[in-house]
Amino acid sequence: MLALIVFLPLAAFLAILLGSPARLTAIGAAALNLGLALYAAATWHCPCWGVFSVPVLAKPAINLAFGFPDGMSAVMVLLTAIVTLAAVLSGKAPEGRETLYYGSSLLLSCGALGAFAATDMFFFYAFHELALIPTFLMIGILGRGERRAAAWKITIYLGLGSIVLLAGLVWLAGLTGTFDMSKMADAGRIDPVAQKGIAGLLIVGFGTLVSLFPFHSWAAPAYASAPAPIAMLHAGVLKKFGLYGLLRLAIPLVPDGLEAWLNPLLLLLLGNILWVGYVTVSQKRLDLMLGNSSVMHMGYIFLAVAALIAFPENPLARSAAIVLMFAHGISIALLFGLADRIERSTGSIDLADLGGLGKSAPALAFMFGIAAMASIGLPGLANFAGEVLVFLAAFKSYDGTSGLGPVQITCILSIWGVVISAVYMLRAYRNIFQGPAGTLTCSAPDITITDRIPALLLIVVLLAVGLYPNILLNLLK
Amino acid sequence: MNHLLPWLLLFLPLAVTAANQLVLKRTGLAPIVSVASALATFVLAVMLIGTEGTAAFAWATIGDFHLDIGIKLDALSTGMMLVVTGVGLAVHVFSLAYMKDDEGKARYFTGLSMFMFSMTGIVLADNFIMTFIFWELVGFSSYLLIGHWYQKESAADAAKKAFITNRIGDFGFMIGILMLWGITGHLTFDQMQPGLQAFRAANPSIWVGVVSATVLCIFCGAVGKSAQVPLHVWLPDAMEGPTPVSALIHAATMVAAGVYMLFRVQTTLGTEVFEQLPASDVIAWTGGITALLAALMATQQDDIKRVLAYSTLSQLGYMVMAVGFVAGDAGMFHLFTHAWFKALLFLGSGAVIYACHHEQDIWKMGGLVKKMPLTTLTFAAGCAALIAVPGTSGFFSKELILDAAHKAGSPLFWVGALVAALTPFYMTRLFVVAFLGKHRSENAEHAHEVGPLMLVPLGLLALLALLSGYSFLNRFSPALPEDHSDAIHLNIVSGISLVALIIGVLAGWLLYAGKEKDPVCIPLLRDRFKFDWFYDTILIHYFQNFLAAVIHFFDEFLINGLLVGGLTRCAEGVGNVFRRVQSGNLQAYAFAFGFGVILIIYLTVFI
Repeated sequence: MLALIVFLPLAAFLAILLGSPARLTAIGAAALNLGLALYAAATWHCPCWGVFSVPVLAKPAINLAFGFPDGMSAVMVLLTAIVTLAAVLSGKAPEGRETLYYGSSLLLSCGALGAFAATDMFFFYAFHELALIPTFLMIGILGRGERRAAAWKITIYLGLGSIVLLAGLVWLAGLTGTFDMSKMADAGRIDPVAQKGIAGLLIVGFGTLVSLFPFHSWAAPAYASAPAPIAMLHAGVLKKFGLYGLLRLAIPLVPDGLEAWLNPLLLLLLGNILWVGYVTVSQKRLDLMLGNSSVMHMGYIFLAVAALIAFPENPLARSAAIVLMFAHGISIALLFGLADRIERSTGSIDLADLGGLGKSAPALAFMFGIAAMASIGLPGLANFAGEVLVFLAAFKSYDGTSGLGPVQITCILSIWGVVISAVYMLRAYRNIFQGPAGTLTCSAPDITITDRIPALLLIVVLLAVGLYPNILLNLLK
Repeated sequence: MNHLLPWLLLFLPLAVTAANQLVLKRTGLAPIVSVASALATFVLAVMLIGTEGTAAFAWATIGDFHLDIGIKLDALSTGMMLVVTGVGLAVHVFSLAYMKDDEGKARYFTGLSMFMFSMTGIVLADNFIMTFIFWELVGFSSYLLIGHWYQKESAADAAKKAFITNRIGDFGFMIGILMLWGITGHLTFDQMQPGLQAFRAANPSIWVGVVSATVLCIFCGAVGKSAQVPLHVWLPDAMEGPTPVSALIHAATMVAAGVYMLFRVQTTLGTEVFEQLPASDVIAWTGGITALLAALMATQQDDIKRVLAYSTLSQLGYMVMAVGFVAGDAGMFHLFTHAWFKALLFLGSGAVIYACHHEQDIWKMGGLVKKMPLTTLTFAAGCAALIAVPGTSGFFSKELILDAAHKAGSPLFWVGALVAALTPFYMTRLFVVAFLGKHRSENAEHAHEVGPLMLVPLGLLALLALLSGYSFLNRFSPALPEDHSDAIHLNIVSGISLVALIIGVLAGWLLYAGKEKDPVCIPLLRDRFKFDWFYDTILIHYFQNFLAAVIHFFDEFLINGLLVGGLTRCAEGVGNVFRRVQSGNLQAYAFAFGFGVILIIYLTVFI
């Protein structure tokens, strides 16, 4: 069953190659997939989702198998389906490039779905690599600005990250003797020294894919240069693969190894929140600002991971990480989608050029306002629920008697990031939408009705989860 | 407790916000629906007077842990609800007239309803996370309404400043909530006290320090929201919003939420605990210093709304000081009376500004008593209450605060007395310059009395300003000291405040009656003690932006340029070799990369 969801985008991609109308096929497949993913998320407990398994290799046993080991996979599949639909709806392919444009979005989606649904480590890894290929291609071919430099950078960066990750995964598979992720834990406790080595490789490998400081500098230029659907899909969905991997593999299999790396990880995530936060403050272009802000917010999810490492019996941290991954994925996709609208409407993305756009484009201003508020953690929108759970998770073990531990101190410092995000987001909103209208903005067209649909889809999700987080949390039970 | 009414009270404004935003804004019905909702919430608040109880539903559940949206009804919350909805109703009705020609009218009323929802949530909250949720939401509503005229640079800047300054306070607030959760093991108010007692018993030596630090963190939230020094700078700038908004949000309710929250914490954890905490002294001194500095700044403002804004800061300082003296009930009583008379003063200034075609400089007004006698009369009632003329509501509540300061034997009593003299001074200045004498501009000359939609709220608020200190009305106050009576006693405290009142009024009259321009110019006060200059130039420009630029530089040239760039160039070199061998385009590379990786896995597994 689950294989249907994973391969539907691939089938649509093949149909487009065979001459089916690109945009329509992509939208149809994405909409159908969202319906299936919603159904899957509601019923993931049913073993019927995991029956698909095709042996690929006998020794070592590698199977093309999908399933939902827990609610986290279901939520990630749902996130992928939502963002995919929004991305293909938002997309506007350059004349004559429809096949590449929509095809690569579908391929990316297929890769992400496969990575989140695979129960076999080989395919877990391979699907992610599959999803990277269209990312690189789209940036290199259809990107804006310094697209070749950006494409090279992300390719090499993520390539190196993937190789480090691969080393860790292979080491892990060697020690547990299986590629089946559900059986790896059965192999017994891994030797602490090996755990430390594997954990280090996984943190650096997965971390690079999630733009963990200081391996983050690929992200902003790549997102700034990428066509909107790719920025939405990569920043919103694919980037979460690294965090998903840490939660899925590293936390259960090498807990002692991770604990040895806890303090360095805390420092690095503070680098994401505070260092990259201030880098974001000094950005002059909206796309670069959003790219950096997405790097910054990864720090909070890493904080949840760190809380889980420090106190393994902490159900709060795991749920917090998942809620925040989901919320961030939706909100950053919305922001990148709308930033593209701003550029199409005014012809510029430079904060200094714009101003007063709220007058001529009130609907765009309203939608961007919601996205910006979601991103700075306003209650009522999904990101707040995730962030507050992360903070609570970090303080779970604090009882006042023994003083603040490293996780709590990191948490306190990272709450300052909430101020930093307000500074840059409101500055951007102020510069783009408020103030007197300039030459670029005074007669800029508002967002069209068709373009509103993907934005509204994402806004409804942000509001639903934000107003009542149990909608999402119930899926994790 | 009736289970439906409080939920209706909470969610009705939200439903109206959504309906206005989605449908009604196009039809012109939005203002009427918002006013109707304000009326309905006022009626609901009246019906809930005297009820007690709690109700909650789980908002976020993870295993055994859950965050709730819950309602706590007691004398404190129902009394505060009456203030919020009462002032809210007056402001809604007043706004119908004030904003009738504004093209963003629907947006404005949607913002007001959003604010009513957020404020109701703070008041009714039964736990800290819910308080924080609605705490942020009032900040957001305030951002929307301050920036209502968003095309004006100053309004857009003021909205941003208000939001960010509040966020700085909330940074501490969140930490405080987390620490309190750790100490007591609970987030719900009703369950905290046993947890705290257990912590105290287990840690007799450190509990004072830990709890003090926690309370101070929570206090940061109040410093932001209630605009105490040093985070007070946003409130005067918030006057860029429409004047009825200033009356509702930036005088009567939202800015008082800090005091309300502190008092809630105090009653939750026990006043006896607070008497032992050094944090209480910090709170009292913060309030006292704010009261004094703001009163001084108010004496040199020329914009009618800014005078009132600094006056609000100063009165909030009184309330915070009362909380610091663990006399929060006195602070809440002052909150109650202040809400009516300060809303009245702001709406009165709104009527004046409206009549004078958006002139806000008091030196360009003058002689308004002849043009708008009824407005002037109500404004005078508000002034009387603010400067604490014996018998008016402000007198009773201020006496209680000064009394608490006197009982504590703190030097802050003299600070309070000085503020009690400065207040009549600047209000006399305002009244004499704006309402008496001759008109000093065309706008003032052509002013005429406002219509009934404005006058009726003014009249009702004027009655409350005069009478809400007496027992037939003050029993609706959120909290009252038990030994309180509304008789006027002559003792050392009332004697000193009476002397202060007379000195203040006389000085104001002698200095300003019949003057054409301000005879006093104290640059330091006009520059607001240079707070804004310090923040804008030093902290934001030199520190924050410079820091950001430096970090950006290092990020770009150190991490990106040297560390990573070096690696990249190595790899690019390899890539160049490949490019000569291969076709040299990115597609080929990317595909090769994908297959290569799979090949590596395959080989690794086999070897």
